Amino acid sequence: MNAPIIPDPIRAGLARGWKVVDGARQGADRTFDADVVIVGSGAGGGVTAEILALAGLKVVIVEEGALRSSTDFKMREADAYPALYQESAARQTLDKGVKILQGRTVGGSTTVNWTSSFRTPTPTLDHWRSQFGLFDYDSESLAPWFAMMEERLHVSDWQAAPNENNNLLKRGLDQLGIQAGFIRRNVNGCWNLGYCGMGCPTNAKQSMLVTTIPSALDHGATLVTRARAERLVLRGERGKYISELLCVALSEDGVAATGRMLRLRARHFVVAGGAINSPALLMRSNAPDPHGLLGKRTFLHPTLISAGIFPQRVEAWAGAPQTVYSDHFLHTGPIDGALGYKLEAPPLHPVLLATTLNGFGAGHAELMRQFPHMHGLLALLRDGFHPASQGGAVHLKDGAPVLDYPLNDVVWDGARRALLTMAEVQFAAGASAVQPAHETARRYTSWAQARREIAALPQQLHMTRVASAHVMGGCTMAGDAQRGVVAPDGRYRDVANLSVHDGSLFPTSIGANPQLSIYGIVARLASGLAQDLTGQPAPRVST
Amino acid sequence: METTRRSFLKAGALGALVLAAGGGIYRAVHTPRLERFVLDGEARAALNAIVPAMLAGALPTSAAERRAAIGAAIEGVHAAVSNLPLAVQKEVQDLFGLLALAPARRLLTGVSGGWENADPRQVSAFLQAWRLHRLALLRTAYGALHDLSLGAWYAQPASWNAIGYPGPLKELS
Repeated sequence: MNAPIIPDPIRAGLARGWKVVDGARQGADRTFDADVVIVGSGAGGGVTAEILALAGLKVVIVEEGALRSSTDFKMREADAYPALYQESAARQTLDKGVKILQGRTVGGSTTVNWTSSFRTPTPTLDHWRSQFGLFDYDSESLAPWFAMMEERLHVSDWQAAPNENNNLLKRGLDQLGIQAGFIRRNVNGCWNLGYCGMGCPTNAKQSMLVTTIPSALDHGATLVTRARAERLVLRGERGKYISELLCVALSEDGVAATGRMLRLRARHFVVAGGAINSPALLMRSNAPDPHGLLGKRTFLHPTLISAGIFPQRVEAWAGAPQTVYSDHFLHTGPIDGALGYKLEAPPLHPVLLATTLNGFGAGHAELMRQFPHMHGLLALLRDGFHPASQGGAVHLKDGAPVLDYPLNDVVWDGARRALLTMAEVQFAAGASAVQPAHETARRYTSWAQARREIAALPQQLHMTRVASAHVMGGCTMAGDAQRGVVAPDGRYRDVANLSVHDGSLFPTSIGANPQLSIYGIVARLASGLAQDLTGQPAPRVST
Repeated sequence: METTRRSFLKAGALGALVLAAGGGIYRAVHTPRLERFVLDGEARAALNAIVPAMLAGALPTSAAERRAAIGAAIEGVHAAVSNLPLAVQKEVQDLFGLLALAPARRLLTGVSGGWENADPRQVSAFLQAWRLHRLALLRTAYGALHDLSLGAWYAQPASWNAIGYPGPLKELS
């Protein structure tokens, strides 16, 4: 076999003896003992694993997805979606109104995200303090944790010029006198390719896959892959505790159970399977939920999409994705009023584009031929603040989670305003036509026409295209049991040795791409846990 | 053709019943356990009629190339479904099971004489009707066929030249 052009840190780690157990290759049931079992290897699980392993604890990380690395990342959607995403990147809400992108691989969504790094916005934290009793969640107290993780993951200003796809967002906003900003990214030596969503082929993206997980493995942690956390075994009448986690081994393709069982025993358990999957595991385990909160308040940043056609080439597949943004429309009203939205310019690739564009046949084919001239724009609605924006609820269907997220009038009101804004920005940037992602929208050739017709589009289930790449909530963290199943220190209430460390903790959506919120908040939670378990001050992570 | 289209659009509540029953009937004659998706017989014939309608304007024009392209797209759909969770594979299986049932096909799609001889205009018309149908179930069925057909097509490098997409950096892909 030829040596890969790019050194692969995962293959190197395996060669020097990392303890990695592939569930698909187990011929018999197995039992593992640890100090701490961590479910999930994404933003929450990765950060927790590194901190606990550095603290000298014996850690086992269990991941549903497979261990893939730069050698496997060939920038092809056909391979990347089934290999790296939940449900082949085709996860949907119960009524199929929203398509959900979530990672399922070592590193979780951090392996496939678009690197956008924002600290938790202050207005969001203000709301958590006033409405959810999270009194020590203020920007100042969290700042050192964000700073630590920014340093650890090389979060920094993007030095190259934005690609044309992002530049058009900037130019449109400038033309309209609306403030734009530049997005910080967690990359180190980025090649500016534009394929972050298919796994970084050059290991530049500082995902959990190439940072915290290797560090934990170098400090003796064990990684169990292709194993689905099925059930936490709850013991004790009064004073409940978890004795073990039962996992089912998955086949090579990750689809079916092999019949092999893995039992993971530990003093403490950290659930970090991400929103949807974390509450689902706790529901399957009959975790205490006296107020019926588990799985509820799951948020999506429901995302609207608009395609602009430009006279010049845009080549939205090339170059760093999402380097320009605007929060202007998050701040035009009160945070708990009509839903505000964040604007970002996503990368476009053939499969994601073709399945997102409405219609079929000749009209669809003609639009696809405009690909080199096409500009992609997203508006992410900030859900979970308006009294009528309560998010969705996770249900179990034959044990598998499905999110029931009804799209109601407050969402549709936001959708209409967002589609109008995006068309206005695209025309201001010089678009010759704008095609909103909506079944009955036409290709508009002027802002006057678009304004008139978009305002009249029926905003309805399956008519308006809605997507999500940010699933949050479902294991709400709050100051009291009436509002949250998890306490502000990340401990699950009424179970002695159980914590939740991922985006499912968030009591609302973030109002920004959530990865850095998870890194910073979980770094603090995990450091507290390390101190509790070892009686020593937690180690400080650094690169 | 208009009459056919209107009559199946009117099917309404009856159509919903058939649709709900369709999966059940299909499951009753097949093993009810969660199994991997199988694309055979009339189900494959249905896809063979639907894919060219979905990809009209994108497929090559010469007959041989066109046949090969449709075949490749169908294999792509099969591969894509095979990677979905078993519960979702079952949903897709139910949809194809329904399409394969002659009464459901006639009532819900207006395609009268079997998929193999389906008039492409009829196929296109039923997809168009399902796309905007007042029954959510038919809209989601359309959505699945849309994503599977178009996704399978544009996943293939053979489709990229026509849309001006150069593909990823050769040295690393």
